[in-house]
Amino acid sequence: MLANTPAPPLLEVRDLCVSFTSRGQVIPIVENISFSIGDREILGLVGESGSGKSITAMALMGLIDAPGVHVTGSARFRGRDLLALPDRQLRALRGREVAMIFQDPMTAFTPVYTIGWQIDEQLRVHQRLSRRQARARTVELLGEMGVPDPANTANRYPHQLSGGLRQRAMIAMALSCNPSLLIADEPTTALDVTVQAQILELMRNLRTTYGSSVLLITHDMGVVAETCDSTLVLYSGRVAETGTTRDLFAHPQHPYTAALLASIPPMSGPRPDRLPAIPGGPPQPMERPVGCAFAPRCAHTHATCLPAPPPRFCTVGPGHTVACVLPAEGAPLPPRSGSSTSPVL
Amino acid sequence: MIMPLLRRLGQTVFVLFGISALVFTVFFATPGADPTARIAGRNAAPQTMEKVRKEYGFDRPLPVQYAIMMKKLFITRDLASYANRGELVVPEIMRAAPVTLSLVTGAAIIWVVLSIAMGVIAAAFKDSWIDRGLMILGLVGISIPVFWLGQVVNLITQNRYHDTWLFSWVPGLGYVPFSQSPSGWFLALVIPWCVLAVMFVGIYSRILRADLVAIMGEDFIRTARAKGLSPTRVLLRHGLRTALITFVSLFGMDFAQLVGGGALLTEVVFGLPGVGRLTYQALNSLDLPLIMATVMYSAVFVVLANALVDAAYLFLDPRVRDVG
Repeated sequence: MLANTPAPPLLEVRDLCVSFTSRGQVIPIVENISFSIGDREILGLVGESGSGKSITAMALMGLIDAPGVHVTGSARFRGRDLLALPDRQLRALRGREVAMIFQDPMTAFTPVYTIGWQIDEQLRVHQRLSRRQARARTVELLGEMGVPDPANTANRYPHQLSGGLRQRAMIAMALSCNPSLLIADEPTTALDVTVQAQILELMRNLRTTYGSSVLLITHDMGVVAETCDSTLVLYSGRVAETGTTRDLFAHPQHPYTAALLASIPPMSGPRPDRLPAIPGGPPQPMERPVGCAFAPRCAHTHATCLPAPPPRFCTVGPGHTVACVLPAEGAPLPPRSGSSTSPVL
Repeated sequence: MIMPLLRRLGQTVFVLFGISALVFTVFFATPGADPTARIAGRNAAPQTMEKVRKEYGFDRPLPVQYAIMMKKLFITRDLASYANRGELVVPEIMRAAPVTLSLVTGAAIIWVVLSIAMGVIAAAFKDSWIDRGLMILGLVGISIPVFWLGQVVNLITQNRYHDTWLFSWVPGLGYVPFSQSPSGWFLALVIPWCVLAVMFVGIYSRILRADLVAIMGEDFIRTARAKGLSPTRVLLRHGLRTALITFVSLFGMDFAQLVGGGALLTEVVFGLPGVGRLTYQALNSLDLPLIMATVMYSAVFVVLANALVDAAYLFLDPRVRDVG
C-alpha cells in the first residue's frame, strides 16, 4: 500500500454494507468494509466461501440488482462514487474504467458468439472503432495475453477453447479498453495448477504493461502470497485484518489470519501428519455473532470478544490493522514461527 | 456429407412405413369399416359385392393389398378414393396443400412476432404488473379452444355485426387463391390467421419468457453487463439470441404439424378447403385411400421439419456443430 503518496487512491471504499431483506428480516451479508487501492497496486481480498468477497466485487461493479438487496457506503473511484452513480454513467465506466473477470471461464462467455465477436463488442461499445479496427485490436490483445494463433482463435467459439485459453480471452476482453482497475473474482480457481501460475504471472505483469490496479479475490493464501502487494482478510462479511502482504504473512495479528496461514502446507522442513485446520464452519449471515464473528471458532476467545459491537480496528503497524481485541489487550499473537520475511512460497 | 443424408433418408422411409402400416391395419381392424359394403352400396346383391371385392382387390391377402396401395400412392400416383369413385387422392391433396400453407404461414408470422414481443417485454419487466398482465393474457390464449373462438368470431363478423362498419369488409367463409386475387386472399385469411395464432402466441410467449428469465441468471449475462452493455443489448443480443435455440426447435415442429393438417379445426370452422379439412372428410367417410394419403403427407412434413430443425440448430448453436 503506498501510504506515503499524497494523491488520493484510485479506489477508496468506505463502510460498504450489503444486506438483503428476507421475510421482513434484514440480513447483513457484508458489513462496513473499507479499503483502498492505489495506482498499480494489487490488493488481495481473501476469505472462505460465503465471506462476502464476490458480493463486494459485484456491489462495486453495480451488478447486484436482485430485489430487496440494499447497498450502502461509498466507493470513490477517481473522485466519483461508484455506488451513487446513475445507471447510464456507471455503465459507461463499466468495462472501460473498471473491468471484471470471473471465476468460471467455462460459463462466462455467451456460448453462441465467437470469442472475437465478444471482445469486439466491448471495444465498440466504449470506443469509436470500425468492425475491422476492433478486430485488429482484439487479435492484438489475444496475442498479448499469450493466446497462440490469435487471429484464428478469435473466430472460435467459447466451447472450442480450453479453460486456460478462455480465461486468457476473458482477461483480454477485460483489458480491451485499458481499464485502470481490474476486479478479478477467483480468476484461477477453475484452472489447473500450471495454467493457474501462468494466469497469475499475466496478472502481475498487467501493472507494468497496462498500468492497471487489480483487486484480486481469492480463497487461496498461496495465490495472495505470490501476487498481491497488500491483503484484506474477510471473515463472515467483516474485515478481519488488512495490511501489506509482507507484514500480514510475517506477523498475522488476527487468529483467523494466523489459522489460514497455518493451514498452508510448508514447502520445506518436516511435513506434518495433518495440516492444522480451523474447527467448525463460518456462521450463516443470519446467525452471525453480535461480537467477534470468529469467536466461536477461535482458540483465544475470552469474555471481551463476545458482546456487541464487534472488536474495533486496532493499528498494529504502518497500514496494518486488525479487528481483534488481543493487540489492544497487550497480548498480540507471536510472529509466525519459521516464516521468512518475504512472502514467497 | 453423403452419410448423414442417407441416414436421414433411411429414417424417413422407416417412419413412413411404420405409420402407413399402422394406419392400414387399424383401418381393417375397425368394425364397420369394410370398404366393400361401402363401395357397393346399401343392400347390394352378393354378386355386386363379389364384383367390387375382385375389382378393388379386397379378396387378396392384406400385405399384398398394402403393397398395392403404397405403389398406387407413391409410384403411379393414381390411388383413387373409395368414397367418390374415380376421384384421385394425390391431386386432391395437391389442391388442398396451398390453402393450408397460406393459412399456417400467415398465422406463424403473427404468432412468432407477437410471442417474441410479449415474451421479451414480460422478461424485461419481470414480476411487474406488465409481466403478470401479459402472462395472464397468454394463459387465456392457451385456454380458449380454437374451434370455439373461430365460431364466435364467425358469429360476430359474419352474422351479428356483419353490417356494421367494423366488419362489413369481411368476405364470406371460404378461400380465395392468391393467384386469383391477392387482396381477396388476404381478406379471406386474415381472421383465420389471427384465430389460429392465438393459442400459439400464448404458448410461445410463456415459454420464451421462462427461458429468458432463466438465461438472465446465467454467468455470461453477468459478463455482458460487466462489459458495460446497455440492458436492452444484454437482453436482446445475449439473452434472446440464446433463448432462440429452444424457440426455433419448438417452432419447427409446430409449424410442420400444422402444415401437415394439424390446423384441421380452424380449416373446418372457416370453411377453408385445406389438408386438415380433407383429413376430416376422409375420417368422416372412412375413406382409406384419402386417410392414407393425408397421413402420409403429414408424416412427410413432420420428418422434413425435423431435418430442418436440426439444420437450424447447427446454425444457431455452435456447440452442436462440433458434435458427431
